[in-house]
Amino acid sequence: MLRRAPSHRRAAAGQRRRGEGWFAVALLVPSVLVVFGVVVYPVLRTLMISFFDVDSPVATETPFVGLGNYTEALGEPAFWRAARQTAYFAVTSIALELLFGTGIALLLNAPLRARWLFRAVVILPWALPTIVNGAMWRQILNSQYGAFNALLTQLGVLDEYRSWLGEPFLALNMVMLADVWKNTSLVAFLLLAGLQAIDVNLYEAARVDGAGPIRSFFSITLPLLLPSIAIVLVLRTIETFKVFDIIYIMTRGGPASGTQTLTFYTYLQAFSDQRLGYGSALAYLIVSAVVALAVLYLRLLHGQEGRA
Amino acid sequence: MKSSLAYRIFIHVAALFVAVVFLAPFAWLLISSVSTPADLLARPLHWWPEDPSVERYARFFTASGDDVSAVYRQSLVNSTVVALSTVALSMFVGVLGAYAMARLRFRYKRIVLVLFLIAYMLPPIALLIPLYLVLAQLQLLDSIVGLVLVYSSFTTPFVLWIMTNQFLALPAELEDAARVDGCSRLGALVRIVLPVSRPGLFATMMFAFLLAWDEFLYALIFTSTADAKTLPVAIAEFTGRYSVDFGLVAAGGVLATVPPLLLALAFQRYIVSGLAASAVKG
Amino acid sequence: MRSAHDADPDRSAAWTRRKFLGTVALTGVGASLAGCGVTAGDGDKGDGTGTINALFMKQAGYSEDDIKAMTAAFQKANPKIKVTPSFVAYEALHDKIVAAAPAGTYDVVLIDVIWPPEFGEKKMITDVTSKYPADWKSGMLDGALKTAVYEDKFYGVPWILDTKYFFSNTEHLQRAKVDPATLGTWDGVLAAARAVKKSGVKHPLIWSWSQAEAVICDYTQLLGAFDGKFLDDAGKPAFNTGGGVKALEFMRNTITEGLTNPASVESIEEDVRKTFSNGDASFGLNWTYMYGLSQDPKESKVVGKVAIQQTPAGPSGARPGCNGSMALSVASGSKNQDAAWKYIAFLTSPDEQAKYAKSSLPVWKDSYDDPTVTKVAPQTVPVAKQQLAELILRPQVSSYNAVSALLQAEIQNALLGKKPPQKALDDAAAAAADVLAKN
Repeated sequence: MLRRAPSHRRAAAGQRRRGEGWFAVALLVPSVLVVFGVVVYPVLRTLMISFFDVDSPVATETPFVGLGNYTEALGEPAFWRAARQTAYFAVTSIALELLFGTGIALLLNAPLRARWLFRAVVILPWALPTIVNGAMWRQILNSQYGAFNALLTQLGVLDEYRSWLGEPFLALNMVMLADVWKNTSLVAFLLLAGLQAIDVNLYEAARVDGAGPIRSFFSITLPLLLPSIAIVLVLRTIETFKVFDIIYIMTRGGPASGTQTLTFYTYLQAFSDQRLGYGSALAYLIVSAVVALAVLYLRLLHGQEGRA
Repeated sequence: MKSSLAYRIFIHVAALFVAVVFLAPFAWLLISSVSTPADLLARPLHWWPEDPSVERYARFFTASGDDVSAVYRQSLVNSTVVALSTVALSMFVGVLGAYAMARLRFRYKRIVLVLFLIAYMLPPIALLIPLYLVLAQLQLLDSIVGLVLVYSSFTTPFVLWIMTNQFLALPAELEDAARVDGCSRLGALVRIVLPVSRPGLFATMMFAFLLAWDEFLYALIFTSTADAKTLPVAIAEFTGRYSVDFGLVAAGGVLATVPPLLLALAFQRYIVSGLAASAVKG
Repeated sequence: MRSAHDADPDRSAAWTRRKFLGTVALTGVGASLAGCGVTAGDGDKGDGTGTINALFMKQAGYSEDDIKAMTAAFQKANPKIKVTPSFVAYEALHDKIVAAAPAGTYDVVLIDVIWPPEFGEKKMITDVTSKYPADWKSGMLDGALKTAVYEDKFYGVPWILDTKYFFSNTEHLQRAKVDPATLGTWDGVLAAARAVKKSGVKHPLIWSWSQAEAVICDYTQLLGAFDGKFLDDAGKPAFNTGGGVKALEFMRNTITEGLTNPASVESIEEDVRKTFSNGDASFGLNWTYMYGLSQDPKESKVVGKVAIQQTPAGPSGARPGCNGSMALSVASGSKNQDAAWKYIAFLTSPDEQAKYAKSSLPVWKDSYDDPTVTKVAPQTVPVAKQQLAELILRPQVSSYNAVSALLQAEIQNALLGKKPPQKALDDAAAAAADVLAKN
């Protein structure tokens, strides 16, 4: 490779950058247009509405309440209940997805026969539209004639059909099951990419040193997989905080508000009860939480990279 | 990795187990789609219907007029057009923007990226009414263009984020070498950077396609005729106010997996090696 | 995020500023563009001509083809008015009306009986009391007339009527030697259920008591039978007294006595239909739709063994059905309200409704003496005629959704045995009083 004297390189690079300034802005403007062009008004209007008391989409009297909606939300037990349920949903489903996703990623990476077939099978849940996924699990878990009950009774695990979506906490777990079933394959593929980036020679060297498969997994694979895990964490956190479709189809927030996550609670307040100002405040509270978490993850990741 | 017999047996058994877990519900979906409603209520459940019929699938292809099956057929087309257009638009602007973000250095980069991501993080429900207003003003309600614009607004930040990391992982010397030979910036982008990032590009395209393909709430509220209704909306309409023909939902669902599945299979080698570069950089 | 290049702070600050300015400018443009003419909330009568958009529900009584035919007939009779109908799923109906309200997209909307207070209070639909001809008030079935009323004002015209009827499995009755005539009262139903249970049916009664609007409909019908009231004359909750409590106690007792299928607390109407159609239940309350499907061999195992009758009466003989109807309203954002009204009047006219009686029964008293209507469904029409004259409404308050939600929760508590019925209703009444006071 050509070696230049450092000062020359700097000067040449600087000259290039000066001329490229406009170019860079030009490259970014389309993104800004596409992302903010259509949604900037809604984003700002929702923010604005969150400071007023708006109780109808065609409201004529909208008194200013400042942070009133926000403080009301933070003081509302139903809000905290939804927050707790969302946190549980997020933490547990992400943990499960990472756990199973890693396992499946390792399998996807392993020397299987008919690897392409296995990959096709793993892609299948991901390709199923969420609303069909929700409807399907709802049918499978039906307490009167669902396939899950049928399977368990025919296998002898259960004596008789039981309810799976009738108790709040159990229903939340079942909704989580449906969501994890669909999304684990996505996580697996993301982690697979990270796996494939790891140098095979590292494993060879470890084997020569006498490390078993478990040891090399924890000292080689896992640390080098951390960047992928970070991406998965951010993506899935955003998605689980936004989770709506599957709850809308499977349980509509019931029973006894047991599957009401933050976004569903926001939907009920904003649309069912038409408390639009309050609903807008809720939305921005959700965004703040997600931003805080995302920043946290990225900081943690940079910390890791610094160490590695 | 060791390739002892024990190991090989272990991974095949494990793979089989995973395959069963993933296939079982889907298999049941297939079975439901060819069963009569009475079959599905039987107790104990006999796993294969007494009188299987592909009538529902046939109806999808032959129905006409306002029959829900005919609308489904149209919605399959609509969804494909919307998803492909969304991918095209967001990839085009996202790649350009990502290139600028990767090659341009400024202090507030992280904040700018977070601002973009906020558009992706906001729950759709929060923007529903004002967005409806905007689309109504622009006369884009019940239109494919309207949906594409809305979907692009949240797939583009996703593309930006992933592709920025992709480009950052590439050594700048690659382009420098090309530019020394007289290539313009844009030329370098097209001729050097993109081909090398092809795997990452395909991976991002797949994810963006699926984001648009799966979207339900906006499509439900913004569309009202078969001109623009997408798959999730058409499937939701199989449910009457009280009655549900789950077999039809199942059949619709099975068919709906075909396009993404075909796409994923076609590009799977790119997907797999593609995400590597993106992941390494975080 | 690391990069291979070094940063040149001054240069980069300039680009940052430029980008931000660009974004801000765009924001301003975007906001002002969209800000122009935003509140389309001011409706207009229009001149009785032009194009109107109508929002209907898919698979609601009248089929899409029915409605399109009616629309074609209307346009023929009114050449200066053009109508564009849209059809959406029931779930989407409420949310679409709310989302579209500021934009004024629709002129005519189909609404559920529980929405006039909410939409009327929030001025999303127009008060059409002045447009009602005097003979409508006497010509419409009593139960139907109150469908779109809020605070003594009419906010729409009833169009698709529905209520819950009482279905029984004739085969089970014969086996248990129960005389169907005894099913006219809830006491009679209980006795019959006990007899049927002895004859081998594990859980004779199936209900839709899931924590959803479905349980309120059942509860309403029982509350009416036991002479209860949702609200007293002052508008305060009264369901925790008298008939309201008796109704919930009745519900809970059928569970503890083993007459009601325990799955009822998770079931909605569709589950009631499926269980009944499978022959697993002997009695059930459900909407009209269940009858047709129960006679379809692909859907049901009890074809020819189903009897439909009015909902059983309570001790005083009251037997109101829960009003589950739908009405047509003029959206307040419509710029063509006169034309919209003409369309509604046409659709709800006795002649049009008689033509499509097979899909949905008319709202007019006289229609039930009309042979074109009666021959359509000989079993159901006579029953409907009686029942639709006596309907009970759920609480007509603008915050109905919130009140319904907390009532559903407390009723579930009582049904699951977590609270005694009186306590559950007292808690619900207290919470409801709070909600009502705020609105």
